[in-house]
Amino acid sequence: MQDAVLAMLAKEPSHGYGLRARLRQSLGPLGESMNPGQIYVTLSRLEKAGLVVCERADGLPERPDRKVYALTPAGQQRVATWLAEVGWPKPDMAEFHLKLVAAAAAWLADPVELIAAQRRELLRRLREAQQAILAEPAGSKATLLLEGVVLRLQADLRWLEVCERAWSRGGASRADDRVEGV
Amino acid sequence: MSESSAVVQVRDLVKEHGHGESRVRAVDEVDLVVPEGQTLAVMGPSGCGKSTLLHLMGGLERPSRGEVWLAGQRIDGLSERALARMRRRSVGFVFQAFHLVEELSAVENVELPALLAGRSPRQARRRAGALLERVGLTARARHLPSQLSGGQRQRVAIARALANEPLVVLADEPTGNLDSAATLDVLRIFEELRSAGQTLVIVTHDERVAATADRLVSMRDGMFVDDTRLAGFHPRGLGGLIGLEG
Ligand SMILES: Nc1ncnc2c1ncn2[C@@H]1O[C@H](COP(=O)(O)OP(=O)(O)OP(=O)(O)O)[C@@H](O)[C@H]1O
Ligand SMILES: [Mg+2]
Repeated sequence: MQDAVLAMLAKEPSHGYGLRARLRQSLGPLGESMNPGQIYVTLSRLEKAGLVVCERADGLPERPDRKVYALTPAGQQRVATWLAEVGWPKPDMAEFHLKLVAAAAAWLADPVELIAAQRRELLRRLREAQQAILAEPAGSKATLLLEGVVLRLQADLRWLEVCERAWSRGGASRADDRVEGV
Repeated sequence: MSESSAVVQVRDLVKEHGHGESRVRAVDEVDLVVPEGQTLAVMGPSGCGKSTLLHLMGGLERPSRGEVWLAGQRIDGLSERALARMRRRSVGFVFQAFHLVEELSAVENVELPALLAGRSPRQARRRAGALLERVGLTARARHLPSQLSGGQRQRVAIARALANEPLVVLADEPTGNLDSAATLDVLRIFEELRSAGQTLVIVTHDERVAATADRLVSMRDGMFVDDTRLAGFHPRGLGGLIGLEG
């Protein structure tokens, strides 16, 4: 969550409510289940960590959703690191999805490239799991856990394929517009 | 010009199908070097040119432009006869639909390429027996293809592809008609070939099949859009894969 919120600020500083709306828009129907208070908790943690600064917008009453949040240089650094990170099984689907949305919105990275990097990583892991399976005698129960890993990786790779198709159809600018329309 | 360790090499390869308005560029200025002993997987959406590329590499089709080299010999300009001979001796094909001769038993299918290449019947039979053993089908040697399961048929087809000790095995969707258990049988054979140093090119839609390769190229619209080395990475170890670490 922290990384996604930071990345959403990479394009430009934003009010808390604007950020919340962007996140919800990006997550679609899943965004409805987001706890509205969560983003302010996250923002204040990020502020304490020196990753964002916040200013009160002129002439408005002191309320958390009226403050304008912006990235500090350390925050920008952290966003860049997060975008370049590829990993599995840690990052969940929502996090990866938000990474693509944020990267496209802020022109920080090409989502298609991020997907390709993630795919390479998963394929290498698939190979690793598969080699371990093939090294065992056929039918060994010792490979069941690895079979589970293989199936999960295959499902993730299939999802990446769907993502790739959507983002490579000029998806970068269109998704950006949609999120922008908030 | 061809690199000494390259078994297959293509340069600036173009293949167009059809004429005029309906002309399609199935392979669009592709360069590729497959070194000896490498297993290479080719993936990409339907119609992106994977089969066409494989056919060009194995001399089943001729390019519209560019060069195809096999073990240091340029093959795209060979006569039909010379090309057929080169294919028989140096290339083993494996297809999705097996392409076995239905009237011949498993062992007869496997020995056929050796006989066509001029080996003695005894030599050919001995080699076919050894190959069927290698793919775990000794007990089915006398069966007709129609008496075998899909997975068994494909294992016969792989044994046949190996009959003349080819420089390269070219497999087009080898597991496309198989369930996951039969796929795993085929993958075990490929893994064995890989560790024995057989050069192998596999076109596939299945990531699991691609993941047995050392290297993966991804195609779109006749071109390579990604070329990834899969072998030799140990990012986190198996513990990381199943969440036992961290
Ligand atoms: N003999 C042919 N005549 C005309 N067009 C052809 C011929 N063979 C292939 N094509 C066209 O060339 C393109 C590439 O075909 P190819 O069979 O190589 O694709 P592929 O990647 O193997 O697809 P699939 O995954 O569906 O097998 C397609 O647009 C196809 O329609
Ligand atoms: Mg094909």
